[in-house]
Amino acid sequence: MSRLEVHQLVVSRGDRVVLDGLSFAVSAGEVLHILGRNGAGKTSLLEVLCGLRRADSGRIDPQPEGRALHWIGHKNALNPALSATENLAFWAALNGATLADPRAALAAVGLHKGQLTRPAAQLSTGQKRRAALARLVAAPRPWWFLDEPLAGLDIEGLALFAELLGRHAAGGGAVLVTSHQPLPGVVPGLRHLDLDRAA
Amino acid sequence: MSAVVAVFQRELRIALRRRAEWAQPLVFYGIVALLFPLGIAPESPALKVFAPTIIWVGALLAALLGVERLFRGDLDDGSLEQMLIADVPLALLIAAKLAAQWLLTAAPLVIASPLLGLGLGLDAGPVMVLFWSLLLGTPTLIFTGGFAAALTVGAPRAGMMLPILVLPLMTPAVIFGGGAVRAAVSGLPPDAPLYFLGALLALSLTLLPMAAAGALRNALG
Amino acid sequence: MWTWFHRLASPPTFYRFAERLAPWLLVAGLALIGAGVWQGLFVAPADYQQGDAFRIIYVHVPAAALSLSVYTAMSVAGAVALIWRMKLAEVAVVTAAPIGASFTALALVTGMLWGKPTWGAYWVWDARLTSELVLLFLYLGVIGLHQAYSDPRTAARACAWLALVGVVNVPIVHYSVQWWNSLHQGSTLLSAEAITNPKMAPSMLKPLLMSMAGSYLFFGAVWLRRMQNGVLLRERRSKWVREIGLPAWPADVPNGRPLSGGPGTARRGDRA
Repeated sequence: MSRLEVHQLVVSRGDRVVLDGLSFAVSAGEVLHILGRNGAGKTSLLEVLCGLRRADSGRIDPQPEGRALHWIGHKNALNPALSATENLAFWAALNGATLADPRAALAAVGLHKGQLTRPAAQLSTGQKRRAALARLVAAPRPWWFLDEPLAGLDIEGLALFAELLGRHAAGGGAVLVTSHQPLPGVVPGLRHLDLDRAA
Repeated sequence: MSAVVAVFQRELRIALRRRAEWAQPLVFYGIVALLFPLGIAPESPALKVFAPTIIWVGALLAALLGVERLFRGDLDDGSLEQMLIADVPLALLIAAKLAAQWLLTAAPLVIASPLLGLGLGLDAGPVMVLFWSLLLGTPTLIFTGGFAAALTVGAPRAGMMLPILVLPLMTPAVIFGGGAVRAAVSGLPPDAPLYFLGALLALSLTLLPMAAAGALRNALG
Repeated sequence: MWTWFHRLASPPTFYRFAERLAPWLLVAGLALIGAGVWQGLFVAPADYQQGDAFRIIYVHVPAAALSLSVYTAMSVAGAVALIWRMKLAEVAVVTAAPIGASFTALALVTGMLWGKPTWGAYWVWDARLTSELVLLFLYLGVIGLHQAYSDPRTAARACAWLALVGVVNVPIVHYSVQWWNSLHQGSTLLSAEAITNPKMAPSMLKPLLMSMAGSYLFFGAVWLRRMQNGVLLRERRSKWVREIGLPAWPADVPNGRPLSGGPGTARRGDRA
């Protein structure tokens, strides 16, 4: 799957039509930065592409499979009672894999020692975000769908993220990312999709 | 398969860290069983008559208490999204969650039931029937509650709805469960209601996780 | 047949179809109920055992029959809504529940009124009464679940799941209650045969059949009307609804919330 095409996508939330006939395409090696005001439908778009939300009409060709994509939403998918390590190991097992060393992936996003074993409830906002980003390192997958991944990251975290993103795009992966701030660093294959203008 | 095991283990691990939260249904159940004799005169034969009902209704209420937050935590922290995306049938993951829930909240209650039964004045024969009826019936209660929890997880105000949804669905299990013990008390063979409980169990274990998966996807999509 | 079915499932076609059919059903239904009840009250002879008290069956039996039929119809609509994602079927599920609950409540109340003179008590834990009560709770569950969700599609599909699980449950409840009841020695007098009294004189039976048929037609008319309302609310922004030309439509309210807080807007591209 080297190209993802979206044709005439219509998505509504409750009473409101948030995406009204959106079409675009993303290829491997590209980073698509999705822009738009609050409520423009950025999150809804990513949720539909991941298969978490039904579209009212339109076509996604091909619909990415669960095992081919990473989804990092607003929520970090960390159970507060479990440590970052346990959360990551569970996530891997959920996808049929056992991680030889979950700590390595967490170290790659800058989490060390006590931060690995303490319950996730005791981590800071930025540390929790890093723990979520560790999934990107733990399992290589071609499609990344990231919803506001920069929220809560400090300068060092931003640099780490830039490095991850660059390496993934250069290696032939594709990224669809929403963010209200510009993506950090030099991003290869960067394109923009403005939902305010597309509508 | 490893995903199913992982869900099961995770539930147990979380429960182990949050003991107070998970012990609540059990304590509640114990209090119900304790207060009834205090309400009825201690030597009254009525106690013996009501014992199966007390224990069964207590089990139902305890199941209802625990099941309400079955999916709530995973919804709030985003884990549920990852389960929906994962490459495993959602019904299996739900079944694993419910199995863990049963082990945590219902199994201790099943194990304690002979003691409670004897304490409420039942004879040894009916006590064994009580044990078997709870063993066969409580998974049905938990799975029914799980389905109702899946139906309401997306609706913030639906917590109150849960008892109304669950009550009609749990009626047969309570009737056969209490009925088996009553039959044993009055010297009749309890086989028929126990078999009915077994049939309900088979139905619940196979159909309800699938219905719950459909309801859960709908509630979040 | 199938093309006809598919065309009928499109909201505008359904709306016009219902617009034409509903008045006929309503008139025929009310006429039959009226004739049946009149004959039942004034023409049919009094029962040799129960006297005039038996005459309540001309309300009670149709209500009880409909309480079950409506639930069955609702769950069939639920299956259609879940399998074919048909919008009209979603509306059908949600609109059937309050009607079914009303019939169930009517059956319960008339049953209690009947029970007082014949059994000497308003409420007896008889198999039929108990399963009817459970049925009422199933209906209330569907109604409550519908109101718990703000998104009309999510709400309707949740109701469809509940209706499906419930329809498996109804016969189980019925048999479990019957079994449970047979354990009581005292109440065998109140067995099902004694209540329905199957061997009826023709002069008693004819009005019953009339009010029964009338009730089904009446239900059909009410259901169609409610479904029309549901379809209009959901589709209020679409062209065909505006062309019907209803005045002061809530679609003009800012951010599209209906004044009544009822089901929401049309979604384009659904299987109509």
